[in-house]
Amino acid sequence: MEPSLYTIKAILILDNDGNRLIGKYYDNTFSSIKEQVDFEKILFNKTHKANGEIIMLDNLTIVYRSIVDLFFYVIGSTSDNEIMLVSVLNCLYDSISQILRKNMEKKYLFDYMDAVELTVDEICDNGILMETDPTAIAQRAGLKDDVPLGEQTVMDVVKSARDQLKWSLLR
Amino acid sequence: MLGKKDSKKDDESGGSNPFKNLEKASVLQETRTFNETPINAKKCCLILTKILYMINQGEHLAPTEATQAFFAMTKLFQCKDVMLRRMLYLCIKEMANIANDVIIVTSSLTKDMTGKEDIYRGPAIRALCRITDNTMLQSIERYMKQAIVDKSRSVSSAALVSSLHLMKQGPEVVKRWVNEVSEAVNSDNVMVQYHALGLLYQIKKNDKLAITKLVSKFSKSSLRSPYAYCFLIRVAAHQLEEEKDGFDKTLFDFIESCLRHKSDMVIYEAASAIVSLKCTTSKELVSAVGVLQLLCSSPKPSLRYAAVKTLNKISITHPAAVTACNIDLENLITDQNRSIATLAITTLLKTGNESGVDRLMKQIASFMSEISDEFKIVVVDAIQSLCLKFPRKHNVMMSFLASMLREDGGFEYKKAIVNTIIAIIEENPEAKESGLSHLCEFIEDCDFLPLATRVLHLLGREGPRTTTPAKYIRYIYNRVILESAEVRAAAVSALAKFGASSDDLLPSILVLLNRSKLDEDDEVRDRATFFYDILSQNDKALSSAYILNTLNVSPVSLERALLQYNQSVTEKPFDIKVVPTIEVTESHKPSAETSLPKTVKPTDKPAASRQDLYSEQLSAIPEFAHLGPLFKSSAPVDLTEPETEYSVKCVKHTFTNYIVFQFDCLNTLNDQLLEKVVVKMDTADGYEIISYKTCPKLPYNTPGVAYTLVKIPEDPSQVVATFGCNLKFVVKDCDPNTGEPDNEEGYQDEYGLENVEVTVSDHVQKVLKPNFGASWEEVGAENELEDTYALSMPSLEEAIKNIIQFMGLQPCERTERPPEGKNTHVLLMAGIYRGGHDVLVRAKLAYNDGGVAMQLTIRSSDSIVPQVIAQAVG
Repeated sequence: MEPSLYTIKAILILDNDGNRLIGKYYDNTFSSIKEQVDFEKILFNKTHKANGEIIMLDNLTIVYRSIVDLFFYVIGSTSDNEIMLVSVLNCLYDSISQILRKNMEKKYLFDYMDAVELTVDEICDNGILMETDPTAIAQRAGLKDDVPLGEQTVMDVVKSARDQLKWSLLR
Repeated sequence: MLGKKDSKKDDESGGSNPFKNLEKASVLQETRTFNETPINAKKCCLILTKILYMINQGEHLAPTEATQAFFAMTKLFQCKDVMLRRMLYLCIKEMANIANDVIIVTSSLTKDMTGKEDIYRGPAIRALCRITDNTMLQSIERYMKQAIVDKSRSVSSAALVSSLHLMKQGPEVVKRWVNEVSEAVNSDNVMVQYHALGLLYQIKKNDKLAITKLVSKFSKSSLRSPYAYCFLIRVAAHQLEEEKDGFDKTLFDFIESCLRHKSDMVIYEAASAIVSLKCTTSKELVSAVGVLQLLCSSPKPSLRYAAVKTLNKISITHPAAVTACNIDLENLITDQNRSIATLAITTLLKTGNESGVDRLMKQIASFMSEISDEFKIVVVDAIQSLCLKFPRKHNVMMSFLASMLREDGGFEYKKAIVNTIIAIIEENPEAKESGLSHLCEFIEDCDFLPLATRVLHLLGREGPRTTTPAKYIRYIYNRVILESAEVRAAAVSALAKFGASSDDLLPSILVLLNRSKLDEDDEVRDRATFFYDILSQNDKALSSAYILNTLNVSPVSLERALLQYNQSVTEKPFDIKVVPTIEVTESHKPSAETSLPKTVKPTDKPAASRQDLYSEQLSAIPEFAHLGPLFKSSAPVDLTEPETEYSVKCVKHTFTNYIVFQFDCLNTLNDQLLEKVVVKMDTADGYEIISYKTCPKLPYNTPGVAYTLVKIPEDPSQVVATFGCNLKFVVKDCDPNTGEPDNEEGYQDEYGLENVEVTVSDHVQKVLKPNFGASWEEVGAENELEDTYALSMPSLEEAIKNIIQFMGLQPCERTERPPEGKNTHVLLMAGIYRGGHDVLVRAKLAYNDGGVAMQLTIRSSDSIVPQVIAQAVG
């Protein structure tokens, strides 16, 4: 097989019902939106309980990671270097974690939807890995005139801690 | 703040998705806000996010809708807000393929890409390259060259990656930037280096020498980026695979040196490259296997998965090399990630010895229910290869497969199990009875119609030849009572086969068939009536022709022939002989490819065979339209040495009275254009050359086809011939880059090809007769020819292989594999001779002292045919 930089087939973020929050497909492995959604459903069913990090499905290698109600997936072909895919996944996870200020939950993700879109765009351009440094990505994507982390109110921090605990018990 | 307000509201109502119920019409309506002055950046940003989210969810935008929104978006370039501008770029990229006239933003984007703000420049380049085409590219070429060597890493990476995308449309312009790209490879930034290396390879990939230099250059000056290293390893490995002559030691040494890199990613890439190379010997594998062994005990699941997946791959080609890791693999059997555990066990099954099989099977049985169907299929495949390796273990395997059959599972999984059981039955006669009884049990409760019909068909074929055929009849008749119409029909056919093969069972079968004559389904009723009437004639020839050895035509061709017949106005009855017989395909062998899970997309239609394709191509040529149905097409034969100026392959198409030679030509000289290409043939063997069909143009690297039509001699015994071949053509020198000829005047030239042989096997089509004995009696001894020969062959196997090859007939009843350690064997072969005559051959072989004695008996429905077939040996 010819060497190529086109290594990422798709990047997905699903919620805890398996619904798509972000779904970027970079080639035509799935020809229609219906096939994509069907695939996502199967993938979610196979991965939402198992704490496995890696799975092979439909002749694709998929690495995944989840927290609270967010599920992150990076999809490559079976000939791809699995360790490289994991590095992409970790980069995606860490960048979004920085952008959401560690509040890794669906409702916060919606608040920062624009920055999340930019993050995915910074990580991957049409299937080519662009950048793997989460700090650089978060800087470029999350240009917000926001309150810095240090100035978050104590209440906010306590609330987010409580939420995290709640979710970890629910799972 | 974006969406903050909405989500606050949602928090109160339970925190749901603020983007959930977006209406396409209302979102598009909102784009009017873009026209307001001054521009409200936050509001507009939210609208853009909504559009992106909508597209992301799969909402379809019509071109007019998208174009309208796109034109509204262009207004937003007036606003200086950074976030808004970035979202604007994203939307432009998303809509580039949906909206029309997207190039109107070219000037705005060019301004941003050449501006001072680094944060804009990279994304602007990427957006610009998405909407630009080859003609526009010239105008931004200067800026792209600058951007590639820009000191900002995001700008440089953006330019390099965009250039890679542009290579797909037109590589010529991008190739001119090779100097800038080479400079970028030396960048300090890891990602820039990776992208530059990828682009440089893409530019130079057709130049083998340049690539070898590239690898050796960068393998010495150590790269900073592990990604670039992985890519370079792939390039080196690809280069090694491509090289036909010789083995470049420096390339291999580079890959091996990467096994000692500090990054896991690079180490694994190198190990997996070494493992995948075809030329790797077991000695060279040792270091790669050592690395994989270490990865097996990594705390990270992905590393363990990668390692065991690669080891699994080696276990097929070099099982001995993996034995060193057996202990590590044993530890992985109980891995939390079941994919890893399954791969570990199947690897052990392939490398281990016979004694360990029972233990491993027990281990895997403990978690079969937890793993996905894909991996269950891996296990089934491993069991199949194991059964072939240790035939004595078939008892354990069979009972394991039977228990898997009883569990729940999808169609693909059950199909794999049934296929495996059938394969074991075919390979190992001892396993037949137990395999058949497991399958009988399976169809008692089977939800998959195709599998039930397949098993019934197999029972019909194999059941009558077992020691107690009567016991299968109950299972089959149960299907007749309980199942849907499709299965009932298959069961009726299976019953008929028992009746045709055994006189003892015939009366009972007739009683059972008689009951089905009143079935509510047309097909079942028709079959039962048909079989009942044939069987009650008690005529062996009839039973053989219509029950045991049925039609051997390909369904696709039959359908086409019937359609043609229906459309033509004719009094003549339909002649089944015009339909080409189906080619017997090689039985499925487990290959290296099947070691990993595959999902095969089910095809709706049976694929047309190779011969059907040829038949369609030939009938489209007016010169060949009158030749009648295509009887047989041979496999392509090379008429040139590999790696010469022109490559020519010949396919022989046999018709009833003619042969068409198809010459697939390829011109491998990029400075020549060939015209009026024709293959001149001559022969002294009575064949008459009727006409040539030239290939008008043969440009560089584009395949072309020339044909020669030849009439077969009237004398039916004259079949073999040798043809001398010469390739004749007009050469025009041309520019290698454009392919345009330098001048209109060419010159005649010719090129000698190897001879083409027409042999007996070209006149015979293979046909598999599932019940040879019945057909033998059906044809009868009328045109029998018997002769004895002494063959100087070193073994029975060798003799059988040669006889099959010379005669071109299909060995039947698995007689092509003589039992081991025996000196005598009977080979049975069947086929159809050109013109539609059945040919059956029985060859009794005896081996003694360096020679094989053969008594050959040939039967046919035509009197000349046996003599012709006998020629093949003489």
